[in-house]
Amino acid sequence: MFWDQQLECIEPERLREVQLQRLKEVVKRVYEKVPFYRKKFDEAGIKPEDIRSLEDIKHLPFTSKTDMREAYPFGLFAVPLSEIVEIHTSSGTTGKPVVAGYTVKDIALWAEVMARCLVMVGATKDDIVQIAYGYGMFTGGLGFHYGAQKIGATVVPASAGNTKRQIELMKDFGTTFLACTPSYALYLTEYAKEEMGIDLSTLKLRIGSFGAEMWTEEMRKEIERRMGIKAYNVYGLTEIIGPGVAHECPAQQGLHVWEDHFYPEIIDPETGEPLPEGQEGELVLTSLTREGMPMIRFRTRDITTLHREKCACGRTLAKIERIKGRSDDMIKVRGVMIFPYQIEQAILEVQGVEPHYQIILTRPHYLDEVEVQVEMSKEIFSDDVKTIETLRKRLEKKIEQTVGVRVKVTLVEPKSIPRSEGKAKRIIDKRNLK
Amino acid sequence: MYKVEIISIFVENKPGKLEKITKLLAEAYINILGFSITDARDFGIIKFLVDKPKEAYELFKKNGFVVALNPALGIEMKDKPGGLYEVVKFISSKGINIENALVYVAESREKAYFIFEVENFEESLEKLKDNGFELLKLV
Repeated sequence: MFWDQQLECIEPERLREVQLQRLKEVVKRVYEKVPFYRKKFDEAGIKPEDIRSLEDIKHLPFTSKTDMREAYPFGLFAVPLSEIVEIHTSSGTTGKPVVAGYTVKDIALWAEVMARCLVMVGATKDDIVQIAYGYGMFTGGLGFHYGAQKIGATVVPASAGNTKRQIELMKDFGTTFLACTPSYALYLTEYAKEEMGIDLSTLKLRIGSFGAEMWTEEMRKEIERRMGIKAYNVYGLTEIIGPGVAHECPAQQGLHVWEDHFYPEIIDPETGEPLPEGQEGELVLTSLTREGMPMIRFRTRDITTLHREKCACGRTLAKIERIKGRSDDMIKVRGVMIFPYQIEQAILEVQGVEPHYQIILTRPHYLDEVEVQVEMSKEIFSDDVKTIETLRKRLEKKIEQTVGVRVKVTLVEPKSIPRSEGKAKRIIDKRNLK
Repeated sequence: MYKVEIISIFVENKPGKLEKITKLLAEAYINILGFSITDARDFGIIKFLVDKPKEAYELFKKNGFVVALNPALGIEMKDKPGGLYEVVKFISSKGINIENALVYVAESREKAYFIFEVENFEESLEKLKDNGFELLKLV
């Protein structure tokens, strides 16, 4: 299903015309209205007139999270504060928060792109959409809220937390569509089963949209099985707009980027050079139509690959693969770069192990050591020590094969790894390298 | 039926774990008849033979433990030199492999039971019964 079929299936040539037109406009606008950009463009020796083709975007300087922090709070706004109707700030997991301001038109745009996401995966006005993303100081909640209201669905703004209540709402209201983080989705199924004796797959749930943290194909299967739904990946970030930058279609093979509004590039995170299509690198986004706070070449730090071949769903808009890691989330262990997702992937491949794990980094002598704690579960428990020991060794071997570093796997008791209702804390770095 | 049930619990190898587990049993007035602990580095498996196995199983489950309830066989042995030897000789003569075992001393200096788990419970029971050895009946 399509929210705006003409646009979502636009001719690639026509799309490029639209993008170029909008890029020229936004570059001119920020150069005139935002001293931060004028200064940066001047330093780079580039004028708005220099943008003659889409490829010229590579001459524009990047905007980083550090730039945003320096501009805190309102330094990147391109309109007077009186025109701003809503302010969000990022969850601030890595330092001083960043701020995003929205005009009336920006909010309408947000609702529009989120409406495309929801309709794409089959949501209609008859759906009951329960939003278990936070609403305060986090764009997840309101982004879904605006989109779901735009398509006329019934919104249940549950916000994050209060797990028991979430499950009661699902049951009593007959929730059909769930939006939350994937780790919380799994937690919900577990809590429902163990604390309330409810099997979520017997409820009316049919679609889920999950994001705001990295997850894997195996987690998708697990969520789909436990909830009896189709689970889709949503992508977005406060700096650009919030959720709704990209979303999976029913093909479940990559996320369509609404690139008439958000122009995607993939760069080499080390050199900053654009990479050819199909190569993995860091996603860089330019918001082409934002009024309140346009973003020029924002470095997302998210690692992915961009694809442009036509999708089975009929859409022509580019797709990104699910986010594989963060360029600043890499752990360097004995000189080897590893991403938490690789370890997660390995654990999940060893069949039957529930995805509750934590990575602990230590440096007892001069060498880094990696301990991966994996929770024991009923499904894989054997009353035989040998069998469990074999499982543990299989986990160690699989992880070593995947990341190229020897790790120690410890099996721990159920529920001993802290559960999160927002983002999962997967890495505990005890190395004290400073 | 000549069947006993054994509770197996997964525990991390940390101080106070056994204390917590035995406290649960004590508070529920469940009597431990025999137990064994197998240790593998960071974790271990504690096995119990108790007077109320189903209750004990539910109790551990409710308290968040990974726990299993498995059937086992019990054979009476004489509490004298060669007592265990007689019993295991009999078991091996039937081609049965002992997976895990513990001892239940029913009457001190008189009677004890060799409690063991096997791969195929029903089949093993058939082979062992009516052979002059006393099988334990608790369930």
